[in-house]
Amino acid sequence: MFSYYLDLALRSLRRNKALTALMVVAIALGIGASMTTLTVLHVLSGDPLPGKSAQLYYAQVDPQDIKGMQPNKEPPDQVTLIDGLNLLHAGRADHQALMSGGSVPVQPEQSSLDPFYVEARYTTADFFAMFDAPFLYGHGWTAADGEAKARAVVIARSLNDKLFGGANSVGRTLRMAGTSFRVVGVLDSWQPNPHFYDLNTGSYAYGEQVFLPLQTMLELRLDRNGSTDCWGNGGGGVGSILPSDSCVWLQFWAQLDSPAKAAAYKEFLVHYSQDQKALGRFERAPNVRLRNVMQWLDYQMVVPDDVRLQNGLAFGFLLVCLVNTVGLMLAKFMRRAGELGVRRALGASRRALFAQLLIESGVVGLVGGFGGLLLALFGLWLVRQRPSAYAALAHLDLSMLFTTFVLAVCATLLAGLLPAWRACQIAPTLQLKSN
Amino acid sequence: MDILPILSTLRRHKLTSWLLILEIALTCAIVCNAVFLIGQRLQRMDMPSGVAEHELLQIQVADVTAPSNPYARLAEDVALLRQVPRVISVASSNQVPFGSSSSNGNIRLDPAQPERTLFATTYFGENLVPTLGTRLVSGRDLQPDDFVDVETALKALGTGESKSLPHVTLITQTLAERLWPGQNPLGRIIYLTPVVGLRVVGVLDSLARPNAYDTAKAQYTMVVPIRMGANKDQSYLIRTRPEDRASVLTAALAALKKADPQRVVTTKRSFDEVRRKFFQDDRAMAGMLVGVIVALLIVTALGIVGLASFWVAQRRRTIGVRRALGATRGNILHYFQTENFLLATIGIALGMVLAYGINLFLMLHYELPRLPAVYFPIGAVVLWLIGQVAVLGPALRAAAVPPVVATRSV
Repeated sequence: MFSYYLDLALRSLRRNKALTALMVVAIALGIGASMTTLTVLHVLSGDPLPGKSAQLYYAQVDPQDIKGMQPNKEPPDQVTLIDGLNLLHAGRADHQALMSGGSVPVQPEQSSLDPFYVEARYTTADFFAMFDAPFLYGHGWTAADGEAKARAVVIARSLNDKLFGGANSVGRTLRMAGTSFRVVGVLDSWQPNPHFYDLNTGSYAYGEQVFLPLQTMLELRLDRNGSTDCWGNGGGGVGSILPSDSCVWLQFWAQLDSPAKAAAYKEFLVHYSQDQKALGRFERAPNVRLRNVMQWLDYQMVVPDDVRLQNGLAFGFLLVCLVNTVGLMLAKFMRRAGELGVRRALGASRRALFAQLLIESGVVGLVGGFGGLLLALFGLWLVRQRPSAYAALAHLDLSMLFTTFVLAVCATLLAGLLPAWRACQIAPTLQLKSN
Repeated sequence: MDILPILSTLRRHKLTSWLLILEIALTCAIVCNAVFLIGQRLQRMDMPSGVAEHELLQIQVADVTAPSNPYARLAEDVALLRQVPRVISVASSNQVPFGSSSSNGNIRLDPAQPERTLFATTYFGENLVPTLGTRLVSGRDLQPDDFVDVETALKALGTGESKSLPHVTLITQTLAERLWPGQNPLGRIIYLTPVVGLRVVGVLDSLARPNAYDTAKAQYTMVVPIRMGANKDQSYLIRTRPEDRASVLTAALAALKKADPQRVVTTKRSFDEVRRKFFQDDRAMAGMLVGVIVALLIVTALGIVGLASFWVAQRRRTIGVRRALGATRGNILHYFQTENFLLATIGIALGMVLAYGINLFLMLHYELPRLPAVYFPIGAVVLWLIGQVAVLGPALRAAAVPPVVATRSV
């Protein structure tokens, strides 16, 4: 029966080429636009570390002075150096890392290359294990190396390609900011999107080329990037002067493998705040937050507003396209009232007619979906030409490909329901008589 | 034209009519809001910077190892750049309008007040007013002896000793009006921290923030006499004539490179490029909105063509009968045009309500202002026109139906 209906559908669609083309184009445009924006939204709101993100928590404590305190106000988005080091040394989590961003000048040994600046991450030993950073060669530095302010560096694959021709550079020397560092590891291509562990340096398509021990940076006073927030008489620091103790400028991440551990860690943060208040450092009552990766990204509203707006707009467009298709489909089905009357008179049940008409709209949906897919690929190409940082990430993946077809067929079937039902209501005798 | 027969015909095609009305309403609502959004973006892209945009160049250089005396280094660089031919003026600044990366401070009018009054951008740098080309409306410019080295200031901030801190500032007119509405701002004190009290000595016509995302707060800026040393975040700003920009930029870079070949140039651009980069997302968004509007109108127009064609085909006989009874071609043409006008009008009326609803939703979620009433007639006119253009083809075909059709069976 299905193949017969399919044959009927194709015949009917072929009979009325202009109208069919109009429906297909409308569906394709609607699907193309909504899939383009949905894919961008999907890419931008994705989980940067699937499988691991639920165990990684971002800690916030409130070291600000009593001035301007309000109940339920969020603590600062980052931590001070003192608090960060205290939490790090307490070691209450399964893994923990304190970090900040910066940039350092690389002085290549090759005379053919001029010095150049690269993005740097100053962090502590657990960083690589916590964030599942894949090593191509070597490994990270140890906590002891960090405390000893070792001149050790982990470099990204692209920098290794540029400076060492892609060879295993572990043990080689890299000169940066006038200091010689020993390469201890080379990371394989790694760029979590969003750049969840520090959103101040750019949320998307941002990757550091070198990773240095934080303690080494503190000693050498390398350049910092990112956000610094101060209160009271705090000064943000410039050049070789670090931000003062009443400034937050570092991120603290903890890995907590079970919800119970996370609850206990939050409790620890409260106790820590109480202790600091007892010591006279904190002035406010304990005000702590502990968010996992996805909660943190959500809280920071990392997906640009424009992307959400575009997505809403595209779905509005799809809705108009669907209403348009419903209207055209209705016109088309009603025009064939005579033919449908004959089929009814010959014994076809309403249900059979209904199925036949739905198959016809399904075919329109499938063809429209295919057209929509091509348009979405074109749309994503257009998005990639845009200057935004996230533009380069706009690629269709398998799940979105599948979604495109499901959306297209479902949408057209839905659009076909009303016209098909309406066409089935026709009394066969009336139609036969009028001819 | 009598509309009653049209209405009675439409009543027999209720479902199709309502679908067309719905489509027009949705299109109208989306188009109204999209045009409004485009207007917002274009207005934002026109935001004044307050500086002589077509005459400015920005250069940032970074030393591989920090210079022993960054202040001397900066002074040498500025002197070097001043000697470049056709350079009018040179300044150094910690930030530039629309440069994105910003340095800000919490402003209080009373050092004891718990909450800040507002959050303003603090420009640090010498010779900024003449180089940027911003106008001093009242008071005086900063003088060399107002300036304090940044490290001295930071140390004084830590110890709370106010003698080594800056004491004066320049603010924009907008900021002055916001802080002391209708009063003379000169001589008044702004507190950046409990110990940093700055007396307003000059008022600037206009100077935008580096991160001017919010139009209302884009001019909350002040210039503080803090002398920065050479570092990679510091910008050299060069003023020259518009036609000399390219050659001056090349010569300036060559002069800096010659002084120290080891240095890395991280930024070299004209201010036009600064503006273009800052507003690139707005431009892309406006372009996308135009695309959506065009696509929507095309789809709606094609939908009207499709349905009208269907109706014409369906009513061929009726048209023939009317023609046989004496209706002119013009009557038939007008019939379909009026029918479309009626449907469009109902659709537009519904669309207005919907547009208002969408705007309320956007206001709630995207901090947009209320949709001005002027956009409603724009949407209405656009849709009426689209409807009339779309229906013209089918209506002409209807008008061409010969009266003889009435006597034949279809």
